[in-house]
Amino acid sequence: MVVAFFIFAALALAGALGVVAARSTVKAALSLLVTFIAVACLYLTLEAELLAALQVLVYAGAVLVLFLFVIMLLAGGGEELSLRRHGLLRAVGVGAAAAFVGISGHVVATSWLWSGSSLPSPWGHTRTLAALLFTRYLLAFEATSLLLLAAVVGAVVLAGKRRPDLPQGPSDGRQMMGGK
Amino acid sequence: MVPAGHYLVLGALLFGIGAAGVMLRRSALVIFMCIELMLNGVNLTLVTFSRQVGNLDGQVAAFLVMTVAAAEAAVGLAIILALWRRRGSINVDNLNLMKW
Repeated sequence: MVVAFFIFAALALAGALGVVAARSTVKAALSLLVTFIAVACLYLTLEAELLAALQVLVYAGAVLVLFLFVIMLLAGGGEELSLRRHGLLRAVGVGAAAAFVGISGHVVATSWLWSGSSLPSPWGHTRTLAALLFTRYLLAFEATSLLLLAAVVGAVVLAGKRRPDLPQGPSDGRQMMGGK
Repeated sequence: MVPAGHYLVLGALLFGIGAAGVMLRRSALVIFMCIELMLNGVNLTLVTFSRQVGNLDGQVAAFLVMTVAAAEAAVGLAIILALWRRRGSINVDNLNLMKW
């Protein structure tokens, strides 16, 4: 179990670094896939089988395919994408991330969580999770279904067929958005 | 058994890398991927706490986060597509129309 954790943790971190460092958007997306799969395996080591399956289905299956579709639709639009040049923002970004990791590492190192607790026997099974989801969290569950519906409609409206009064094709990046 | 702290540190690292990516990258697409990274880090933390406390509420929260992330990705990528059609660029440095 310990070996598996370190293997998948290393894979997840390598994938995450690949997303941030990759020059090409496709490579970033494939690095993201590595992280998704590794996190799914980590869910398995935490005995959260349903979430592991959902992670593969939703993230590695749906979200990543969506990303790749958009990358292909943009047709090379991602190639100008080196690291952002603004020095101050870069320093702030790295500093904030490092501070967050440091603080959370300190909190973790000094917390009570190092002592394990015993698990209830039907731990993480789909049935117990579903029972919880359809009783105590029923309202949240229904709200997410509404959210997904709204997201579908919104995505279709935003990315759907062009209206004739809009400019056709990629326009000059500097013109005003409502200019035409 | 791996101590829960290891998982939490990994979740924090994933979140930190994602946050750094949001600050560092210029492509709206890659920024979206970094947001997904941050959400994954948070989900890992939620599942770890759920496991450690012996209570499935954390897993339900992770499930809901996953759903919201999927919806966010769909709408966000649609916005990026619309942006590409209107502006011909998804470089966030060019999107300064509403900046004072």
